[in-house]
Amino acid sequence: MSILLNEESRIVIQGITGGEGSFHAREAVEFGSKVVAGVTPGKGGTDVDGIPVYNRVIDAVVNEGANASGIYVPAAFAPDAILESIEAGIKLIVCMTEGIPALEMVRVKKALKGTGSYLIGPNCPGITTPGVGKIGFMPNFIHKEGNVGVISRSGTLTYEVINMLTNLGIGQTTSVGIGGDPIVGSTFVDMLELFEADPATDLVAIIGEIGGNAEEEAARFVEEKMTKPLVGFIAGQTAPPGKRMGHAGAIISGGKGTAAEKMKAWGDAGIKVVENPAEIGKAAVSILNS
Amino acid sequence: MKIHEYQAKKIFKDYGIPIPEGDVATTPEEVRNIAERIGKRVVVKAQIHAGGRGKGGGVKTADSPEEAEKVAGEIIGMNLVTHQTGPEGKKVKTVLVEEALDIEKELYLGIAIDRAADQEQPVIMASEAGGMEIEEVASKTPEKIIKVGANPVGSFSGFQGRKIAYGLGMNKPVVGKASKIIESLYRLFVEKDASLVEINPLLLTKDGELLALDAKINFDDDGLYRHPEIKELRDVDEEEPLELKASNAGVNYIKLDGNVGCMVNGAGLAMATMDLIKLAGGEPANFLDVGGGASAESIEKAFRILTSDKNVKAILVNIFGGILRCDRVASGVIEAATNMNLTLPMVVRLQGTNVEEGRKLLQESSLKFEVAEGLFEAAEKVVALV
Ligand SMILES: Nc1ncnc2c1ncn2[C@@H]1O[C@H](COP(=O)(O)OP(=O)(O)O)[C@@H](O)[C@H]1O
Ligand SMILES: [Mg+2]
Repeated sequence: MSILLNEESRIVIQGITGGEGSFHAREAVEFGSKVVAGVTPGKGGTDVDGIPVYNRVIDAVVNEGANASGIYVPAAFAPDAILESIEAGIKLIVCMTEGIPALEMVRVKKALKGTGSYLIGPNCPGITTPGVGKIGFMPNFIHKEGNVGVISRSGTLTYEVINMLTNLGIGQTTSVGIGGDPIVGSTFVDMLELFEADPATDLVAIIGEIGGNAEEEAARFVEEKMTKPLVGFIAGQTAPPGKRMGHAGAIISGGKGTAAEKMKAWGDAGIKVVENPAEIGKAAVSILNS
Repeated sequence: MKIHEYQAKKIFKDYGIPIPEGDVATTPEEVRNIAERIGKRVVVKAQIHAGGRGKGGGVKTADSPEEAEKVAGEIIGMNLVTHQTGPEGKKVKTVLVEEALDIEKELYLGIAIDRAADQEQPVIMASEAGGMEIEEVASKTPEKIIKVGANPVGSFSGFQGRKIAYGLGMNKPVVGKASKIIESLYRLFVEKDASLVEINPLLLTKDGELLALDAKINFDDDGLYRHPEIKELRDVDEEEPLELKASNAGVNYIKLDGNVGCMVNGAGLAMATMDLIKLAGGEPANFLDVGGGASAESIEKAFRILTSDKNVKAILVNIFGGILRCDRVASGVIEAATNMNLTLPMVVRLQGTNVEEGRKLLQESSLKFEVAEGLFEAAEKVVALV
């Protein structure tokens, strides 16, 4: 079992004829993902490695049964691409694009509301269900099938954590990078809800960052609704206030959003918080073996 | 991106938000001329990218053009320290000279995006307790701040302005003016991809007029691509020189106070690496994210930036190779270090695709790299070198 991405997922890649889109479509196929179509307006009727390309997402839905999408289009066109997926009834939309204006994401989220579709990202490494497939940037070799769910706001730090777990013999049900922007399609809480309901997931590893209040909202959810154990790490314990640490979301403002506050909120909610990111794997092992 | 008060006031004017009469100057003589033209008591205001100028001595009134020239002499060239500049302060090059208005009441009006899950939209904030103490008000008596969420998909509705204006205790003629200002400010926020707009104080005069005495606009960097007119307002003198150099090189760099330089791919991993250095007993000298496609050139640029900080005594390179292969990173590091004649002690930790090949290249090179495997091991090794 897994969350969001499973055996039924039929993936359409929006922006498949671009450099990033075609590269990652191939990587995904190599990983075993069912990539059934691509979309690039104006390139309909062509193909990429035998994957049919359409002009519109709706054509990929009607002709190939696409029900999940991966978006690799430039920031100026990405909000439109997400809206097109929502309108076509795609249930899992994963947007890797970096640099989408926050106000565009406000509009996208209003459109998403009530549709039942999940948007992962933007500005995220994507989602991987080992043994099933992936949408996004995560390197293929780090994953292993198993019983731990991974949720993170970071990119390469997520790969480190997954790799660390795999090297310790701990596999994953699904790993999700929700993205580092101030407004993202799916929050920690959305993903925790799904992992809590997934019978195959026994533990969740959650990686937060300074800035915003997503971690605090996750803490409230964990305290009230989660029965499964969690291990957590917050990046940015040494970050100074008022500076944007790469991700638009990672900025401490007005004394709020510090790592110390977030670590405390998680600890109080019962999450096993590690100070040292190199110890996430060990912490997971000790909980799983107890 | 941040801009100066005088630039923000020009944008306010375009949107019909009333501002005091005034002009900018860079010399005391110009200030005197402007004060003469205004022909009454003036305020001379330091233009830096930080608030709290009033309390820091960067805003001064003058009764005559002579006095204006004198206070301008004090402000121009001063190193202004406010609670927002940090202890190092900021050098003042430009001042805004404007008519001094009689203050009946100072209000606060601001718009920002509220990231809370139940909002995720712009929120308009207003308070009767505006002026220089607003941060106190926000933290001690948050109930004194009125908040109204605004959905940019729909258009602004009159009740939103009225909700705030009546909430601020205004009466009929002023309510209409306030609503108009609120609507204009909201339109500006949405149309210009702002991340924060603030009028603090919004002055209410004795005759019931409203004027923006201060103006602050921060822009969403991700929105700048569609606002070339805003991009032009950037003042690079306000930016940390090394950070500016880094952003021009496409590298994400922030200078810190420690002596362990680090170079990492990915913002989250870069922050985690700083945390590890601290846990190992050291102090990180910087945050540096080389980005996803680190090439030999970008690695060299990153090295040049982080070593121009003379506090750096040792370097930790921490790269997780996914699509970017570790052997390519290793050759990039070797090439850059050789080109630059880099003599600082260095620990390199590679993980991921082709890691064995990468480590072998480093070990066989004539340069003295320490190679680490574990995350914490790498931090401990580099801290031992300083
Ligand atoms: N044109 C003006 N006329 C009268 N008083 C002013 C004027 N501009 C500013 N002030 C006063 O100076 C204070 C500080 O100025 P402001 O522009 O808000 O700078 P900062 O917020 O950086 O301290 C204001 O709260 C206001 O009381
Ligand atoms: Mg002010």
